[in-house]
Amino acid sequence: MPVDASQLEAQGLSRVGGRPPYFSYMRDVFQRRDFIVSLARYRIEAENQRNRLGVGWVLLKPILNALVFGLVFGILMKSHADTPFFIEFLLIGVFLFEFFSGSLGAGSKSITSNSALVQSLSFPRMSLPISVVTQKFFQLVPTMVLLIIALVVMGHRPQLEWLLLIPLLALFYIFCLGMVFIVARLTVHVRDLANLIPFLTRFVFYTTGIFFSFDVRFADHPELLEIVQYQPVYAILTLGRSILLNSDPLYTMDPTLWWITGAWSIGLLVIGSVFFWRAEERYGRVF
Amino acid sequence: MVASSDRRPVVVVDNVHVEYKVLATGKKATAANTKQSIFSRRRTMQTVHALKGVSFTAYENDSIGIIGSNGSGKSTLMRAITGLTPVSKGNIWASSRPSMLGVGAALIKDLSGSRNVILGGLALGFTKAEIEGLYDDIVDFAGIRKFIDMPMRTYSSGMTARLKFAIATIRDHEILIVDEALAVGDRAFRTRSENRIREIRDNAGTVFLVSHSMSSIRDTCNRVIWIEKGEMKMDGDPEEVIAAYEASS
Repeated sequence: MPVDASQLEAQGLSRVGGRPPYFSYMRDVFQRRDFIVSLARYRIEAENQRNRLGVGWVLLKPILNALVFGLVFGILMKSHADTPFFIEFLLIGVFLFEFFSGSLGAGSKSITSNSALVQSLSFPRMSLPISVVTQKFFQLVPTMVLLIIALVVMGHRPQLEWLLLIPLLALFYIFCLGMVFIVARLTVHVRDLANLIPFLTRFVFYTTGIFFSFDVRFADHPELLEIVQYQPVYAILTLGRSILLNSDPLYTMDPTLWWITGAWSIGLLVIGSVFFWRAEERYGRVF
Repeated sequence: MVASSDRRPVVVVDNVHVEYKVLATGKKATAANTKQSIFSRRRTMQTVHALKGVSFTAYENDSIGIIGSNGSGKSTLMRAITGLTPVSKGNIWASSRPSMLGVGAALIKDLSGSRNVILGGLALGFTKAEIEGLYDDIVDFAGIRKFIDMPMRTYSSGMTARLKFAIATIRDHEILIVDEALAVGDRAFRTRSENRIREIRDNAGTVFLVSHSMSSIRDTCNRVIWIEKGEMKMDGDPEEVIAAYEASS
């Protein structure tokens, strides 16, 4: 039986496996926002339901993290000698970085570890990486509240400028989304990539200055300070510290960092979403 | 062709080939080489030709049984129709996106059944309010009200399959593919799900049923396609095709 494509289209049939155009795809994704948010919320519950302390771990993990770093770098290695507000500096770094590393780690596996869901129901696959980043964002919010409380306890007076944290976190969220779109697709093509993600995270960790201040450590290398500000996570964390710790001149806000952060976030979101969408029909593969 | 051409075609499968490329170890595992280090094994890309040129047309109100021995390409064909497996040659046309129901892992096994019902419904594009309205129907259909608040990892495979079937069939599918899902259900559930399949078919839907149970195919299908080694062996009236299939094995 010869198949006449135009005749089939006239009868209302279309080719299976073709992906929808970019903008209608993004609209589909937006319509699934309830799904994305619920999946993120339920996953937080599920991750903790076998633990006795339950959701308390959302707060406990970053606190323990900060304690370890504080012990190692604050007391054992004395890297704080010239850094004003070292404890606050460390807390901001550790809490914000946790969002980045968590998103990247879980996001890279967002398609491959949900194969059962992907193969049983059809929905825009982009919902999965978005939901992972949203989940990590939900976990970030209470730690930010905790951070603010800690700052106040340590004698910092709340200021109106602290509200700038909100646009910063929004940009950070967008930045992580774009990045996770890219690694989630790449991991589908090459599973080995999931093994490389921890190294990438660690590399970013050490080039971001979580437990030491670039400005203090490399004060006599202005060219290095010039380069490092284009590293997006560095820019975001530095902005976070400028917002919250502006009573010391070391943390004076550099407005160019906002431009760098904005360009990275929006650029990655656009590139990442197009890159992810272009392989939409291939995510259901069994192999 | 059993179907008359004045009915509306719903799925057109045109000379479809599917090839898988699998990263496989180069050597057979034998007693002699199991002692070798895992590093010395050669890994090669192997190509599996799972479908070799299958063509047919499914019409509205068709309920088509797919039979064939294990590894004959039935599930591959169904996955190609849903678009989950890309075809390497040929084309598949469908009037709407087909949905597939299969056995296999739970949707999200660490979450309770009720969470999975909500998530499944949202993923299918329902709003929260619509799911609340449908929730009791789904749970009763699956018949697992007692266990609905337990994590799905504690469910038996039959309970998992029932819940998945119940979630996936809340939407009135135009094209529904059921892959062995009924085989794991108990007798009462099988009757319920077979009724549901007939209902979908009567609402101008098209159902594909992959099964090794000839009785459930006889009970629900009006047409049977027999796939063997990636090729279509027969397509026609259930009794005829099943008789030929049973005679061959």
